[in-house]
Amino acid sequence: MLKLNVNGKAANFDGDPDTPILWVLRDHLDVTSPKFGCGMALCGACTVHLDGAPIRSCSTPVSAAAGKKITTVEGLPAKLGKALQDAWIAEEVPQCGYCQTGQMMTAAALINTNKNPSNEQIVAAMDGNICRCGTYSRIQKAVTRAAKASA
Amino acid sequence: MKQPSTLKDKIESSGRRGFMKSTGALSGALVIGFNLPFTASQAKTAPPAAVANAWVKVSADGKVTLICHRSEMGQGVYTSMPMLVAEELGVPLSSVKIEMAPSAPVYINAMLGGQITGGSTSVRDAWMKLREAGASARTVLVAAAADTWKVPASECTVANGMVMHKSGKKIAYGKLVAKASSMKMPEKVALKAQKDWTIIGKNKARLDTPAKVYGTAQYGIDVKLPGMVIASLAQAPVIGGKAVKVNDAKTKALKGVLGVVQIPDGVAVLAKDFYIAKKGRDLLEIEWDNGPAAGLDNLGIEQDLRTASLGSGAIMRKDGAGVDAMSKAASTIEAEYLLPFLAHATLEPVNCTAEIKNGECHITGPIQFQQGAQYGVAAAIKMPPEKVFIHTTFLGGGYGRKLELDFQIQAAQLAMAAGKPVKLIWSREDDMKHDFYRPISLHQMTAGLNAKGDIESLHCKMTSPSVTARAFPPVVQNGKDPFMAEGSENITYKVPNLSIENVIHDTGVRVGYWRSVSNALNAFAVESFIDEVATATKKDPVAMRMGMLGHDKRSQNVLKMAADKAGWGKAPAGRALGVAQMECYGAHSALVAEVSMTKDGPKVHKITCVVDCGVVVHPDQALAQMESGILLGFSSGMKNEITFSQGEVQQNNFHDYAMLRMSEVPQIDVTFVQSSESPGGLGEVGVPLVMPAIANALASLNGKRVRRLPLLQNV
Repeated sequence: MLKLNVNGKAANFDGDPDTPILWVLRDHLDVTSPKFGCGMALCGACTVHLDGAPIRSCSTPVSAAAGKKITTVEGLPAKLGKALQDAWIAEEVPQCGYCQTGQMMTAAALINTNKNPSNEQIVAAMDGNICRCGTYSRIQKAVTRAAKASA
Repeated sequence: MKQPSTLKDKIESSGRRGFMKSTGALSGALVIGFNLPFTASQAKTAPPAAVANAWVKVSADGKVTLICHRSEMGQGVYTSMPMLVAEELGVPLSSVKIEMAPSAPVYINAMLGGQITGGSTSVRDAWMKLREAGASARTVLVAAAADTWKVPASECTVANGMVMHKSGKKIAYGKLVAKASSMKMPEKVALKAQKDWTIIGKNKARLDTPAKVYGTAQYGIDVKLPGMVIASLAQAPVIGGKAVKVNDAKTKALKGVLGVVQIPDGVAVLAKDFYIAKKGRDLLEIEWDNGPAAGLDNLGIEQDLRTASLGSGAIMRKDGAGVDAMSKAASTIEAEYLLPFLAHATLEPVNCTAEIKNGECHITGPIQFQQGAQYGVAAAIKMPPEKVFIHTTFLGGGYGRKLELDFQIQAAQLAMAAGKPVKLIWSREDDMKHDFYRPISLHQMTAGLNAKGDIESLHCKMTSPSVTARAFPPVVQNGKDPFMAEGSENITYKVPNLSIENVIHDTGVRVGYWRSVSNALNAFAVESFIDEVATATKKDPVAMRMGMLGHDKRSQNVLKMAADKAGWGKAPAGRALGVAQMECYGAHSALVAEVSMTKDGPKVHKITCVVDCGVVVHPDQALAQMESGILLGFSSGMKNEITFSQGEVQQNNFHDYAMLRMSEVPQIDVTFVQSSESPGGLGEVGVPLVMPAIANALASLNGKRVRRLPLLQNV
């Protein structure tokens, strides 16, 4: 039995410890904001935080989360979470929207370590997250806006 | 996709429509919709009218619900469709509730003949219909208020969900529902003038954005039903193959596996989560009969395509003497272009949930063709269509992939066999290897010039598989697939002798409609070739195009605007500009690409695009659609190709079928022409022009012409 902490709440998982965090969240704990896109850490749609660091939950076994905190978009610190969501809404970023929670989690990790990221730093941090709708320029603007709002 | 009348006729829909009103099944609610005159056979299969025919629901407590009858796959219909109704109904968009429509004849897309989201038709098809629906509801509500107050209806106006009388009296819509339900429906309604619009043409907040950023939006892959299991399906390595022998001993020994189920398309493993289902699936030992496509490889496919191109095809359009005029030309120019198979690769992989209980089948998922899903599932599991219910979630991308019915049928078959609700999830690799691919296409272009170097005759011959021949076979008559001639038959240039010829050649690869369908294929050939003629005749590419568009002011206008905005003739040192223009789904657009060559290959710095699509319903989202289309065309055209070996698709995931990333995005500048023309399409209009413009710019830069995509592999 693995003891997990998801968005501040305790949870248990008694399945295969090799199960990727993504499927524990989605299929066992009903946390569906992290999305399945590739299963190979190539697209970033599944991005969550493990003790504050962004990870690809599709390729990280749940055993790696024991004793650590898993955070999804629902569980971001209130100020940063709101700054990101407000920025994404203000810039009307999402089209299909499928990648956006992953984009926001990558952005959250960037802003956590860099309160005033330059465009180049944003591109470098976000380049692992695919948006098939091509909302990249709006994502860039939203990250800048969110960073300012959460400073 | 445009409007082949044969397809429209084929799927039983009616052009005539009338308003109906029903209160029977929705107690206390006023339901306004359209009532298609059902034939006897349709009436039997149609869901209850009071629910199915709704566009607007006003409940006694004042709540207004608008129905979105098109699939939301990013293009914004969840907002734009309600905008059309709300404008006429007189309700603020922020206060309405949106419901996704079920599968029902009333929601048929009159431009496509089925309940289909595709062909950039949503706004075009809804433009009159939904505004009339809103106006109709408004008219009866006003009549009810006027009757209550004993005043003429002409003295009443509406706003914010209320009817107001010039005396200052007001009454909320909810309070009028009971009376309005007994009022006679108007035969004709008056629509608001463009100058009075408060919603159309304004940047209203997208209604689906909050749910998408809070993580609460439900996509197909997020569906969960009580007692549901997850399925991972092993399909034959080659599309069309079958499992002939299955050993599932190792799978069944895996902890967590809840069952192994065989359906016609393969063998599925059921589990509580996708990880165990997939792990169990990977332990299956299956002997496959890979079927008729087992020998396919790329070299052979291309050779066969070239052989087929030697034959003559269907003439889709002939102006003047057609190809016969070529013999009178002073000189001729020829060129050949080849575009590869492409996968749709929506970021949300194919998935679907099915539940069968109490004699009903409920299909919930990312679906672009609700009627097809309903009837396809019904036939596959032998249930009456009226017992099959389609619930459409948000789509994590569509691009035409989710028009196909394979995954809904698989889910239904699995639920039937498993005896419990099943959510089928395809892996990325499944999605890549079992797609309905954008067709490969070979384009042979010939221009006949007069002594001055003007194009007197033009022959565009395309050899390609026909998607329509597979998906809607009766539509293809005498070798003519109307969808194959998109982007060629509607060529905007005035050429005295024109011949558009299509050779349908089935390569053995399963093909499907892909965002902008044949527009992207034909535009690459036509717009590259026009540039080649300009170069050969030493003409300026913009000036030559302007000269051939004298009859078409909208096309001339967007071309001139795009050239001016991009600084045509004034490319920065070391860079070059390339142009392309076309009419696509009722929108005229022109696009200029600015490129340079670096040590790492071609670099696209800037894309300038001007679009005239008539009235723009939502300016900001129209811009988003253009950017999205341009970047999809760019991403695929630069990088992507699906290839076959021994019948199997060789690409697997995003490492070998790469997607555009943030660092690769050029600057994009899109301008819309102010217009009061009826809306044109927009969701696909950005896709086709970007690659020919880039190829033209590169040819201008270094004289090297790329005639084959993906560009980065052929530059």
